[in-house]
Amino acid sequence: MVKRRHLLGLRELEPLEILEILDSARSFREVLDRPIKKVPALRGITICNAFFEPSTRTRVSFELAAKRLSADVLNFATTGSSVSKGETLIDTVRNIEAMKVEMVVLRHGSSGAAQFLSTHVKANVVNAGDGQHEHPTQALLDLYTMREHLSRLQGIRVAIIGDVAHSRVARSNIWGLTKMGAKVVVCAPQTLLPPDIQSLGVKTSYRLEEALDGAQVVYLLRLQRERQDGGYLPSLREYARTFGLKVEHLEQLPPETLLMHPGPMNRGVEAENAVVDGHRSVILEQVTNGVAIRMAVLFLLWAGREGTPAVREMLREGSVG
Amino acid sequence: MDLVGGRVVDPDGPLNRREGLRIVDGRLVEPGDQADLESDLMIDLQGGLLTPGLSDMHVHLREPGYEDAETVATGLRAAARGGFTRVACMPNTNPPVDQRSVVELLLARAREACGVHLHPVGAVTRGLKSDDLTEMAELKEAGVTAVSNDGFPVFSSRTMRRAMEYAKTFDMLIISHAEDEGLKGDGVMNEGYWSTVLGLRGIPAAAEEIAVMRDIALSRLTGCRLHIAHVSTAGSVDAIRRAKAEGVPVTAETAPHYFTLTHAALQSYDANFKMNPPLRTERDVEAILQGIVDGTLDVIATDHAPHSQEKKEVELDQASFGIIGLETSLGLVMTHLLRPGRVGAEDLVRLMSQRAAKIMGWNSGHLRAGELAELTLIDPQATWTVDPELFASKSRNCPFGGWELQGRAALTVVEGRLVHWEKSRAEADSGLLVRAL
Ligand SMILES: [Zn+2]
Repeated sequence: MVKRRHLLGLRELEPLEILEILDSARSFREVLDRPIKKVPALRGITICNAFFEPSTRTRVSFELAAKRLSADVLNFATTGSSVSKGETLIDTVRNIEAMKVEMVVLRHGSSGAAQFLSTHVKANVVNAGDGQHEHPTQALLDLYTMREHLSRLQGIRVAIIGDVAHSRVARSNIWGLTKMGAKVVVCAPQTLLPPDIQSLGVKTSYRLEEALDGAQVVYLLRLQRERQDGGYLPSLREYARTFGLKVEHLEQLPPETLLMHPGPMNRGVEAENAVVDGHRSVILEQVTNGVAIRMAVLFLLWAGREGTPAVREMLREGSVG
Repeated sequence: MDLVGGRVVDPDGPLNRREGLRIVDGRLVEPGDQADLESDLMIDLQGGLLTPGLSDMHVHLREPGYEDAETVATGLRAAARGGFTRVACMPNTNPPVDQRSVVELLLARAREACGVHLHPVGAVTRGLKSDDLTEMAELKEAGVTAVSNDGFPVFSSRTMRRAMEYAKTFDMLIISHAEDEGLKGDGVMNEGYWSTVLGLRGIPAAAEEIAVMRDIALSRLTGCRLHIAHVSTAGSVDAIRRAKAEGVPVTAETAPHYFTLTHAALQSYDANFKMNPPLRTERDVEAILQGIVDGTLDVIATDHAPHSQEKKEVELDQASFGIIGLETSLGLVMTHLLRPGRVGAEDLVRLMSQRAAKIMGWNSGHLRAGELAELTLIDPQATWTVDPELFASKSRNCPFGGWELQGRAALTVVEGRLVHWEKSRAEADSGLLVRAL
């Protein structure tokens, strides 16, 4: 990680790099519990949050992470309509370069947009979600949460339920989990599973009960309501009946099983209300851990670029302040 | 003009395997005839191949309408440099080639250009929509021998049936852009492992194969000559092979990128690898090669599709489909088919010249004494590195930049005139020797 200039996806990361991020995040997570939740690690650095697709949660999480590291933050949001009016990504890139920012956090509706940006700018690029490709910091915070609760990732059984085909979160999680030795099963109707998904090292199942068998993590994906209009599903009602998580499913699961979701959730579709609010749900913890993960990623990319032994030393001590 | 030291490659032609050719007043003469005449130009290529002029029956020249990407003049320059003496241009211009005046405009532009012959392909239906047939009889009078809605499928089977019946009346060839539009949807690359990894919407092989099978069925029904453009999948090759065995009047083409690249190339998210039909799997590439070798695929065309940089240097899902190919086709065929021994020099002439001429009804693709000289002199030894910046084409959307290729056109002759002469480079690094007397 310290040699990498950009974080574009988990497919490219080595298991050791993933561990390095998770371990660093643990130090930053401690910072978040202090009375003064701020460290000077990125003082003087400007980070641009370039969001071409609306996502308040992710943007706020990155913004908070940057501010906790004492960086200056520039928010650049466009809904995509100005892009279609002739402003191309390459123009935006040039503007970002002209503003002399050190790091860019990019959220974009097109797969590969972060990679495109990384080949055109000098700044470090962090992919905050590109099309249906990857959402690496989401998967890292998910891995972090699982590891905190289950104390390891090697050998754990994870069931990912829902719209895998259109989910960047699912792709990043699959890369991360399989690299760390977890066993992953994905479950959805065939219309929501992408071709050749087994080649990524996961099992597939069309039956929820089968996928849940022995699962230590049940990871529910958000179901876009448009999937019904796109002809992927006959109705949300039928999806909820056949693939929605219900209280009786939970009763079959081991006691330590975690319920996770990248949010925002469609209550009553991906899972029954009673399931969402149950004691197995770690959905809000995921949100908190997200800030720590993003602090770790921003910090490590910058430390790698600067090669400052002192900052790395501080981190190893566990006292980033 | 004397071309000496090169071997004539013209399968079944009277001059096949002879050494050298003589051109007097633009016409080929019997070797030995008029030996007393002094040649005004002597070109000596040791180990070179003298072939009938190469033909590309599938290019897009973007004029009228999109001249920022290519014009007839720049496209034909690119053709000449690639060794082509004839090209057919597809009708998806603005306005499209659906009436006589556009055909006449194209032919007029071609007359002002470098001399390479241009054959406009007419539209099957007006405005390239799937409704009304074009006035094919009048288009034929204007010089059109084939019709196609290339770029867009004729989505109604009923319209395609009527088009084939009507085209047959005037012995027009129908060139099919075989694609099930609904199944393609908003896909941007082949549907499979890489579309899953890259998170890009997929186009299944079946989107092509369904349309190939439909059009074969309609050709069987109507008896109309059918040519399937840009074949990219194993299933299409199979379907065409079976149809031919059955006697359906179908021919087919593929393009060099379908036997040199796979969908794994999209990993770079570089839009120069985005084309339609998309790059497919290893298995498809193998089937395309097999189809070329066993003659199921008659022709190698380029589907030269120029696009300006603004249309390509964007997010992959927003980029235009297509790549240029006129200046790399021969080199790719020689490097990836001829050099590994998949095809011989005579097959190359069939694939890149003779069969296209036969399918399109052109009086070319052979070398005969008494006829206007239309030939290509190929230097099979020349090694060169692809640099799109040096191309004559107006566009640069080429995925082969930096590739080292062996073999290129040293000389292109149309009606006895040199339209391309790779003089300096040829003299420097090959056996080509030119003496102007
Ligand atoms: Zn085409």
